[in-house]
Amino acid sequence: MDMKVAAKKLGLKERYAAMTRGLDWETTYQPMDTVYPYDKFEGIKIHDWDKWEDPFRLTMDAYWKYQAEKERKLYAILDAFNQNNGHLGVTDARYINALKLFLTAVTPLEYMAHRGFAHVGRQLRGAGARVACQMQALDELRHAQTQIHSLSNYNKHYNGFHDWRHMHDRIWYLSVPKSFFDDAVTAGPFEYMVAIGFSFEYVLTNLLFVPFISGAAYNGDMGAMAFGFSAQSDEARHMTLGLEMIKFMLEQDPANLPIVQGWIDKWTWRGVRMLTIVGMMMDYMLPKRVMSWKEAWEIYFEESGGALFKDLARYGITIPKCVAQATIEKEHITHQAWTTFYQYGAAAAFNTWIPEKEELDWLSEKYPNTFDKYYRPRLEYLGEQAKQGKRFYSTTLPMLCQCCQIPMFFTEPDDPTKICYRESDHNGEKYHFCSDHCKEIFDHEPEKYVQAWMPVHQIYQGNCFKPDVDPTAEGFDPLAAVLDWYNIQFGRDNLDFEGSEDQKNFDTWRQTAKSNG
Amino acid sequence: MHIDLRTVSIKPLRQTFDNVAARLGTNKPASRYQEGTLDLQADVNFHYRPLWDSAHEIFDASRTAIKMRDWYSFKDPRQFYYGTYTLARARMQEKVEGDFELVEERGLLENYPAAAKKLALEVMLPLRHVEWGANMNNASICAYGYGTAITQPCIFQAMDHLGMAQYLTRIGLLLADETELEAAKTAWLQDAKWQELRRYVEDTLVVKDWFELFIAQNLVLDGLLYPFIYEQLDQVLAAQAGPVMSMLTRFQSEWFTETRKWVDASVKTAASESPENQAILSQWTLSYRDRALTALTPLVNYALGENAPAVLDALLEEFNMRATKAGLKL
Repeated sequence: MDMKVAAKKLGLKERYAAMTRGLDWETTYQPMDTVYPYDKFEGIKIHDWDKWEDPFRLTMDAYWKYQAEKERKLYAILDAFNQNNGHLGVTDARYINALKLFLTAVTPLEYMAHRGFAHVGRQLRGAGARVACQMQALDELRHAQTQIHSLSNYNKHYNGFHDWRHMHDRIWYLSVPKSFFDDAVTAGPFEYMVAIGFSFEYVLTNLLFVPFISGAAYNGDMGAMAFGFSAQSDEARHMTLGLEMIKFMLEQDPANLPIVQGWIDKWTWRGVRMLTIVGMMMDYMLPKRVMSWKEAWEIYFEESGGALFKDLARYGITIPKCVAQATIEKEHITHQAWTTFYQYGAAAAFNTWIPEKEELDWLSEKYPNTFDKYYRPRLEYLGEQAKQGKRFYSTTLPMLCQCCQIPMFFTEPDDPTKICYRESDHNGEKYHFCSDHCKEIFDHEPEKYVQAWMPVHQIYQGNCFKPDVDPTAEGFDPLAAVLDWYNIQFGRDNLDFEGSEDQKNFDTWRQTAKSNG
Repeated sequence: MHIDLRTVSIKPLRQTFDNVAARLGTNKPASRYQEGTLDLQADVNFHYRPLWDSAHEIFDASRTAIKMRDWYSFKDPRQFYYGTYTLARARMQEKVEGDFELVEERGLLENYPAAAKKLALEVMLPLRHVEWGANMNNASICAYGYGTAITQPCIFQAMDHLGMAQYLTRIGLLLADETELEAAKTAWLQDAKWQELRRYVEDTLVVKDWFELFIAQNLVLDGLLYPFIYEQLDQVLAAQAGPVMSMLTRFQSEWFTETRKWVDASVKTAASESPENQAILSQWTLSYRDRALTALTPLVNYALGENAPAVLDALLEEFNMRATKAGLKL
């Protein structure tokens, strides 16, 4: 009758199973296919969800305890950083433009990930996978909010941050990240897991995370650094979830392999294209650079990614074929992107500039095969023009790729002097692409990609003006009307860094800080 | 401890983000709850329609019959964003952890009377599955609802229910062992007294209108079940066997006191928006209330015996008062 003897302790694994999948049951008053209506149409075959290996075992009480501890520390650092005007300690005010790009481009994606994982965390039929996804849904809300809170104080003192949500849904280059995530969320739950859980969180996460967060650390931004470091252990959980999902699908049925391979190919390319903007930030926007985009690609994709794909080879997974092109392009894309943003600097919600000589030298050294040959002369020419008071701003609208939505500035893989154009016909309409891989993605699902909200098309269709605007009025300036609709404050959010309000304020404030002691 | 700050006088250019300022009025500082909540969800220019629901946009206000001019009229009286939420739950779990430790260390359950133990195991353990249904339903509301002001607290609610399912599991493992978990699951699936409740839960799992689901789960089922278990049954167990079970379920009872304020505030905001909303919400509430009472009656009868009719009346009366106070017409 001794209870202590009778109640044998469960092992950790059994105990966690009792705390999660043991809660689940086969419904009978409603058919299982009605309770879980979305997890079959993609064609992924799952025979036994009990084979799911929980990638981490965290009960809610432990979750609350650990996460609250992290939140306490993070907000203490933020409060101290803000109170002490920590923003004046960054390397120079150009750095702050990287944060503007982060808040307008990345933070809304964290929020989308939150909702996306809530959806998948409701819809997957396996209880173990559902719990892990729900926890990630909660984490992603954390990431969105800690980023907003970290950058809130920058918004009080600098331009370009003030309407990030509104801008994300409207501005031309921000449709690149927005369409990326919209694409993932509108796919089925398994594709979402490959797109976000695996390709983005596992394969490419270091290429996003390391540049921004190490960039913050290198440039004296303790605020942004703190949220990044605080998110690290969450990210580690997310990575194991993504990898477990891939392995689970591949182990469940051999027929899943071609579907999964197709998704890995697609999402690696979608991710790589989107990371062009991150690479540009690394090479051009950080006053103190962490490493070049090319180096990051070599370390985090060619080496780590190569090892990962070797590991997956036993399931029949091969390295995505787009990697060959991305490897050629690692020497080009950041320069092409920055030159484009520089020229469209009137229509961007951050400041642009020509790198200083010492920075051009750094780029020459990091890109010995391409920079001096193709890009340095252009940048020097543009810089020279600016010095003569002829800062160049393009006032035309660029053609965008129907898939990745990046302006068509990428060059042919075998000819860096020639812009790469591809096109497809669908229902009598022509669609344009930046690359074979973007075209292939479109050709596979044209009904999806024809729906894209293309920023330039929308401008031409007159959908990007405020409701009270009359485009037929005399002297109507369409570009100004579009910027007004974007809520870009002309002369404050946009244009060259040289002479910008941010530059002046930063210098004045820092001077005050130094001289008053 | 004084931190020696350099007091550089800098006049900020603005107090908060434009969307927040547009709601608060310019030059008013915003709270972290406001900056981390208002307008966080995308509402225009979606690129593609979901393959899994092509009748709607990714986020689409027409997924419910409830209509709001501004979906950010909803306010969480607890002002929960991720940080304040986890801090609040960490405080609660610390207390509960202390209670569980004390019960285990002192062996407080060893002499728990057999009749009370049987009652607790039979009535409380199958509730793990009810909590699980509540977890699923709130994940659903978070995923398909409209506007962060109301979807955000629902992911908190979802995870809370998972946590409470886990606390109930721990009680089962403390009182007995995993065979009792299995027995409770069998009862949940087969025992006649659980079937109406299981039917209620499974029927909510397929509800498409997320606000209807909010009513069915967060207002009605929680609103009748929690007072029954964590007040009425708790009193019975305490009378028979002392306060140990009250200690082990304090999370649930504190949680209900806290979250009902948010649920009521949300219902009130939606109901006071328009007579149409009020009518729809009232009709949902009435029909789910009656179904939930039917579902709970065999359990109340089993647990409370001859007191059952009086308790059912009291539960109903309390619920009606609460719903009326939240602006519904029952």
